[in-house]
Amino acid sequence: MKKYLGISFKLSLALLILCSLLFPLLIAAIGKAAPGGGDGETVKVNGKVVGYKNIGQQFSEDKYFQGRPSAVSYNAGGSGGSNKGASNPDYLQQVKDRIDTFLVHNPGVSHADIPADLVTASGSGLDPDISPASALVQVKRIAAIRHLPEEKLKSLVAENTEKHMLGFGPTTVNVLLLNIALDNLK
Amino acid sequence: MSGEIIAIISIFLVTLILAWPLGKYISKVFRGERTLTDFMSPLERFIFRFSGINPNEPMSWKQFLKAMLTVNALWLFYAMGLLIYQDRFPLNPDGNAAQTPDLAFNTAISFLVNCNLQHYSGESGLTYFTQLFVITFLQFVSAATGIACLIGLFNGFRERTTNNLGNFWNYLVLSVTRILLPLSIVVAVILVFNGTPSSFAGKDTITTLQGDTVQVSRGPAAGMIAIKQLGTNGGGWFGVNSAHPLENPNYLTNAVETISILLIPIALIFSLGFYLQRRKLAVMIFGVMSVLFILFTAINTWYETKGNPAIDRLGIAQLQGSMEGKEVRIGAAATALWSVATTSTSNGSVNGMHDSLTPISGGVVILDMMINALYGGVGVGLLNFFIFIVIAVFLSGLMVGRTPEFMGHKVEAREVKIAALITLLSAFLIKGFTALAAYMVAHHPEIAWSVKPGAWLNNPSFHGFSEMLYEFTSSNANNGSGFEGLADNNIFWNVTTGIVLILGRYLPIIGPIAIVGLLANKKFIPESPGTLRTDSITFGVMTLAVIIIVTALSYLPALALGPLAEYFSLY
Repeated sequence: MKKYLGISFKLSLALLILCSLLFPLLIAAIGKAAPGGGDGETVKVNGKVVGYKNIGQQFSEDKYFQGRPSAVSYNAGGSGGSNKGASNPDYLQQVKDRIDTFLVHNPGVSHADIPADLVTASGSGLDPDISPASALVQVKRIAAIRHLPEEKLKSLVAENTEKHMLGFGPTTVNVLLLNIALDNLK
Repeated sequence: MSGEIIAIISIFLVTLILAWPLGKYISKVFRGERTLTDFMSPLERFIFRFSGINPNEPMSWKQFLKAMLTVNALWLFYAMGLLIYQDRFPLNPDGNAAQTPDLAFNTAISFLVNCNLQHYSGESGLTYFTQLFVITFLQFVSAATGIACLIGLFNGFRERTTNNLGNFWNYLVLSVTRILLPLSIVVAVILVFNGTPSSFAGKDTITTLQGDTVQVSRGPAAGMIAIKQLGTNGGGWFGVNSAHPLENPNYLTNAVETISILLIPIALIFSLGFYLQRRKLAVMIFGVMSVLFILFTAINTWYETKGNPAIDRLGIAQLQGSMEGKEVRIGAAATALWSVATTSTSNGSVNGMHDSLTPISGGVVILDMMINALYGGVGVGLLNFFIFIVIAVFLSGLMVGRTPEFMGHKVEAREVKIAALITLLSAFLIKGFTALAAYMVAHHPEIAWSVKPGAWLNNPSFHGFSEMLYEFTSSNANNGSGFEGLADNNIFWNVTTGIVLILGRYLPIIGPIAIVGLLANKKFIPESPGTLRTDSITFGVMTLAVIIIVTALSYLPALALGPLAEYFSLY
């Protein structure tokens, strides 16, 4: 027993240096060569950081494309989903309210046009993406507010649509990048 | 949508293509044959000399277990101590506070036993120092412990009659230097180049496009995320685990992480075939596990891509499936595959919130953890499966009226008793503690605890019951995922799950090792025409039947009260 305890101490020390010190330092060093240098990839407008490419943001104004509901209000100091069960009546009421609010802000849109991702909370609360359908359903509203032709906005959405895994994965639109492109339209 | 189905099938097939050669390699490493990674041997020799280990010293099953338990006990005290005083150590750029003693108790045990139940959120509950020197460390060594114990089990069957299970220390070190560390470096580099942070910079504060001020948590996460997946640990750097866009930035990383979850558990099954030169047996085991794995994945993919019927009734377009708790870049199908992969392997990482799965998928993942042997955790999955094999051997023996044998050794009352006790233990822990928790919620909702039982559940009715059932099932299976709506960071849950964690880890390791130790000591009986062949399809079907019967008898009533009842209320 005593012999095993002595071995345990020394072996743990050796493995700590290997796994907890050298390994993360190696990855951090390699990370210097990655986009963002291992600090996370930022997005700049006029030289000023306005966000992280992979972290979603809150867009509450009607002139912007909106992202998904978030259980943490898009504050990436933390993260979280709603953890609501599929049958929870309070939750279903909440989704219904979101649909009603959306319809008020988007006249001319009907229930069946609203994609589910736009009224359900993401797992992380920081989802940077929406589906292309969720972007397109907002085009009419934004065109009216910004006095832009709908066709122009539709092609903007198409330009910002990303396909994944050779088209086999989901198709996504990064809301932050889309809105920056939107601000640049003149 | 059909594209996403093709994508998840491809992910599974790539895993198998990688697992076969990896299994061969693992077998070579532990048989001491020449491999590509022999350049690591000077480092290993240094570690052995420094620690006073003779890697060739034989160990009996009792010595083997004693070594394993000694070093595990040391890690427990070390981890708990650091967590309680983490605020006094460097590498804490966000100024996070120390963990309370009950939370530190739970966290230390949870990572020690390869479970990674997290009653804290990584962004605020740990410092970079404890993330690396407690969490990452335990993620490596707890996985290595599982592999080492499995190799011990292999050794019991390698010789005809033996007292020697091999050297625990040797296997522990080789598991780290030859398997876990090299693979982790590969996966971490892929993550880093896809946007996962790896530097030591603290929280960033930014002003968003519309002018809000928010923070962004970061840190040296990439390496930890790699070992969390490869070692079937599952504990995430960030609170929401691999649903977090920095922890799992795109569909490619999602595929890589899914493969990492399944890779070593499947490779170890193949390595059994190579190590013992019983490939047919390995294929039989893999086949039985895969039948259920594929069935479960198909069910979850069906229900998650179909969507939530209650949302359909609101009249909107639910074309991407049930999206509550899921990420757009990952999608419903890949989340369904992950949900089964992570619960099959006792990994416990998530890429979407399990609490928001549709009822049948939620039930399937609970059931998957109750079985806890479909591929299973690194090393321990096969140990768990071995228990089912022993019971199947015993029942088959009774059916044909012959003394049951396995690998040339008679399986007698003592071994079967141990196997039966291990099986019953899980059912007892899961249902007993769930009943206790449900009793507190129903009869003492207003007790003056920091979080009153009445406030534990995030969802009413059947789903609330499922939250409690899930938590104890996950603890017993050393899985670590949760129906995270449950308010679990308080003394009741920290202590009760801590107890379940320890019993659910060590007894299912001690049991199989003891059985093997006992079997290996017995006289070897050469195979004859009268021997029950354990590598046949018939025996595979028998084992599958045992798994289904034992699990159904133990858990069907509990599942009926939670997920099944919710299903019937919703559809």
